[in-house]
Amino acid sequence: MSAHFGPGDVARVAALAHLELTPDEAARFTPELAEILEYATAIQRVDTSGVSPTAHALAHDSVLRPDEPRGSLVREAALGNAPAAAREAGLFRVPKVIG
Amino acid sequence: MGAHATARDIRQQIVDGATSAEATCEAALAAIREGDATIGAFLHVDAAGALDAARAIDARSDKASLPLAGVPVAVKDNICTAGVRTTAGSRMLDTFVPPYDATVVTRLRAAGAVIVGKTNCDEFAMGSSTENSAYFPTKNPWDVTRTPGGSSGGSAAAVAAGFSPIALGSDTGGSVRQPAAFCGVVGLKPTYGRVSRYGLIAFGSSLDQVGTFGQTVHDAALLYDVIAGPDAFDSTASSHPVSPTVAQLDRPLGPVRLGVPRAMLAEGVEADVRAAFDAALEAWRSAGAELVDIDLPHAPHAIPVYYLVAPAEASSNLARYDGVRYGFRAAVGPRDSLEAMYERTRDAGFGAEVKRRILIGTYVLSAGYYDAFYLKAQQVRTLIRDDYTRAFEGVDAIVMPTTPSAAFRLGERVDHPLQMYLNDVFTVSANLAGVPAVSVPCGLTAERLPVGVQVVGPAFAEGRILQIAHALESRMPTMTR
Repeated sequence: MSAHFGPGDVARVAALAHLELTPDEAARFTPELAEILEYATAIQRVDTSGVSPTAHALAHDSVLRPDEPRGSLVREAALGNAPAAAREAGLFRVPKVIG
Repeated sequence: MGAHATARDIRQQIVDGATSAEATCEAALAAIREGDATIGAFLHVDAAGALDAARAIDARSDKASLPLAGVPVAVKDNICTAGVRTTAGSRMLDTFVPPYDATVVTRLRAAGAVIVGKTNCDEFAMGSSTENSAYFPTKNPWDVTRTPGGSSGGSAAAVAAGFSPIALGSDTGGSVRQPAAFCGVVGLKPTYGRVSRYGLIAFGSSLDQVGTFGQTVHDAALLYDVIAGPDAFDSTASSHPVSPTVAQLDRPLGPVRLGVPRAMLAEGVEADVRAAFDAALEAWRSAGAELVDIDLPHAPHAIPVYYLVAPAEASSNLARYDGVRYGFRAAVGPRDSLEAMYERTRDAGFGAEVKRRILIGTYVLSAGYYDAFYLKAQQVRTLIRDDYTRAFEGVDAIVMPTTPSAAFRLGERVDHPLQMYLNDVFTVSANLAGVPAVSVPCGLTAERLPVGVQVVGPAFAEGRILQIAHALESRMPTMTR
């Protein structure tokens, strides 16, 4: 598969990634990303038939711990870095979701 | 090898009572005040916190039991420090004050270290020059017109400039080893899972490792011994037994076989780098090492694989920055939607390189492209890892230059993302394979810029690669700026 990465791809991917790009950014990124992806298509020529994918370099077993409650961040600390919060009610504030 | 006092000597003087942790800390803070306006290694200096910690060490009667008693240490700003701003070099986290310490920071404090400040880095550790920091670029102490490398450029520069004898960084594709090479210091990337990632701000979760900087192999090993080991807060931190590496350094090297991947060196390596590397090979040979040519047939694919896998993981990890729970939020009007808030926040909060990687990562994970890019990259990653496994059947370690060139000029590559990526040709495969690697200085170019050589070993062979690096270091002349 060749990359053929164009302006439509930038717009589609930016929407998927929740990024509102300015027109200047979109114009700048399109050729840059096309070049990077074109370079990366070289791996498509590698024979990988029967090769399993590596998600983690070192195999490790699932780690289990006893199912016992333990301390965690108190609510005040968890809200401490929020850009908008109703601290007394213990809530994060966001723009209106339901009209 | 370096020009400044080592962590080992500083600790000994404090334990012996020849100096105090407070005086040592004052001296480090003074060096930073005097020199860092030029270098820009630190994003924030925690003078009050550092002096409090130093005085607390001085008050203790058990200093001899502390491996880093009173030793100043710099911490990369993508590692969480409770109560001390942690930005990861991003505008997105400009105001973020972590409510907890990373496990590595907890271990530093328990070992008696004094954290003097947080060092500059490429935004979210994405970059090879620190020019992607949202704040300012760090300068290379050897030549301030050049980059210190990245992404842990602030940590490498802090050690090279003598602001702190040791520092923590993180290495996802070379971000400890490359700046170590550019700044003429030692940089260790441990085995994947050897050091807890709890409190390390996530970039590529299958690749990220916290690593250590020192002026000497001994200092980098000393810091590594403090932070290595399992952690209940990170299920990927290995339970493989930890053996201290410092004790191993001065033991006889014994029979050692070093693999040289000749095909990788055939082109693209600067002549001065090649000459310094060849001198390192000679030094190892004189230390009794046997040099063996090896082949890593899939090495040419490491850069494309890395620049698909790492952005894919980054696009997922960075989804959490949405202006809700912490960090920056863009201003929105009363009629604007939640989605508009997310999108504007992420556009204004992230810099260009982070956006590029989020876009690439999202693209290669999206329907229709996943198999051709992401899955294929994971399969080639298997082949790269298998190359290493096969090579280590015949050699103790693999040696190669850390970087194809010495430190490049500030601004030279910042507008050429692909050119910047190609600089990582020798470092990314250790992260893909999960194996440990250490960069150690091996000479200077004609322009008096440091060159680093990398020793790569099998998983959990940190002690052995550090010993091999130490054997080289002890045969190299002292490098002074």
